[in-house]
Amino acid sequence: MPPDHNLDDYVDPYSPGHRHGGPLRVGLGGPVGSGKTALAAALCRTLGAEYDLAVVTNDIYTTEDADFLRRNAVLPDDRIEAVQTGCCPHTAIRDDITANLDAVELLESRHPGLELVFVESGGDNLTASFSYGLVDVQVFVIDVAGGDKVPRKGGPGVTASDLLVVNKTDLAPMVGADLGVMRRDSDAVRGDKPTLLISLREDPAATEVAEWVRQQVRARALQEA
Amino acid sequence: MTAALLALADSRLPAGGHAHSGGIEQAITTGVIGDPVSLAGFLRRRLTTAGAVAAGLAAAACRAVDVADPAAVRPADLLAALDAEADARTPSPAQRAASRQQGRGLVRVASRAWPDPAWASLPAQPHHPLALGVAAATAGLTPRDAAHAAAYLAVSGPATAAQRLLAMDPITVAAVTARLSPEIDRVADDAAAGDLPADTDPLLDLLAEVHAARNDRFFAS
Repeated sequence: MPPDHNLDDYVDPYSPGHRHGGPLRVGLGGPVGSGKTALAAALCRTLGAEYDLAVVTNDIYTTEDADFLRRNAVLPDDRIEAVQTGCCPHTAIRDDITANLDAVELLESRHPGLELVFVESGGDNLTASFSYGLVDVQVFVIDVAGGDKVPRKGGPGVTASDLLVVNKTDLAPMVGADLGVMRRDSDAVRGDKPTLLISLREDPAATEVAEWVRQQVRARALQEA
Repeated sequence: MTAALLALADSRLPAGGHAHSGGIEQAITTGVIGDPVSLAGFLRRRLTTAGAVAAGLAAAACRAVDVADPAAVRPADLLAALDAEADARTPSPAQRAASRQQGRGLVRVASRAWPDPAWASLPAQPHHPLALGVAAATAGLTPRDAAHAAAYLAVSGPATAAQRLLAMDPITVAAVTARLSPEIDRVADDAAAGDLPADTDPLLDLLAEVHAARNDRFFAS
């Protein structure tokens, strides 16, 4: 952009147009078994009374995680949508987000007052990350039992996610994981971006993560104002 | 305008196709497909039935938004009629839903790629071949190009699904698809030139319906 141009005059010719209103879309990604669904359930329980919210799940098979959320009755059925990912959970959240956008838009049309949507990815590996065409912010969930080297190994989820959650801290003594090392390595690769070490078993409300989500909702409301 | 046609038929175009197998997943489950030869046979069968119908509809949709006098013949009316023709040629409700789901995805990406008033003429959640035809028109392509994209996509996506599900050699699968090229061209040319094809395959209909009822599927169709 030439220096004499005003930012307000700049029009992105490729833009879909700014998404006014609508819910904050939060991606929850991470390796298999790290606790994405448990975190989604915890956040729904903690934030369900505060916000009009819904969840999109991406499974290997159709409805495993969606069924978990239903069984645990964290949300009514009409607030949970499951998408099929054609053996490629990674593609569905990053390279071709069509099915997930369809699901989010369906939830938005069904619940016009929706304030918050969690998009939970299928379990993938450390290279998985969400497209910002699909989500506004993303959380990457790893766990202590996967080994304390994971933050050092990095990958876009660990280094670039808006929030890194290291779950299952209660298991650290049992698997010989050093939480100090995980904290230090995370901070080293993430710059100013936050990392939370939590145990969903000890804190089923996911208190700190829920607070981070509230901050994101407030930040988006300020942007929209 | 060949580059626009290549973009339209590129499997990396994020239009949602990667989650659809076009009946391949169920064909594998039931044992219809298990190796490259049976895959090629299935794809050929798909190409000459569902592929031909899609190619004909895509060409017709491309023509519909390019009428000489839009005031006299409204593209929206032509496209609505074609959408009904697509329904009539797709007996399986699961296939109709899959087609509309992919149509919606294609409209999302192609209308951003090639903004044009013509997009407003499409019905909401149109059948995929209709979206493809309008995309071709807005990209400056011909009805014949639209037919070629439709015929090619009728086999390229399903072939990839088979490769993933059976862990087949991707180079073999690429060869299967590539060797179908003359037949794809023939189907597309015929579909673009003549009346709307109405070829059906009861096997595809049946596979789609059985697949839709499963709760352990990887693919949306």
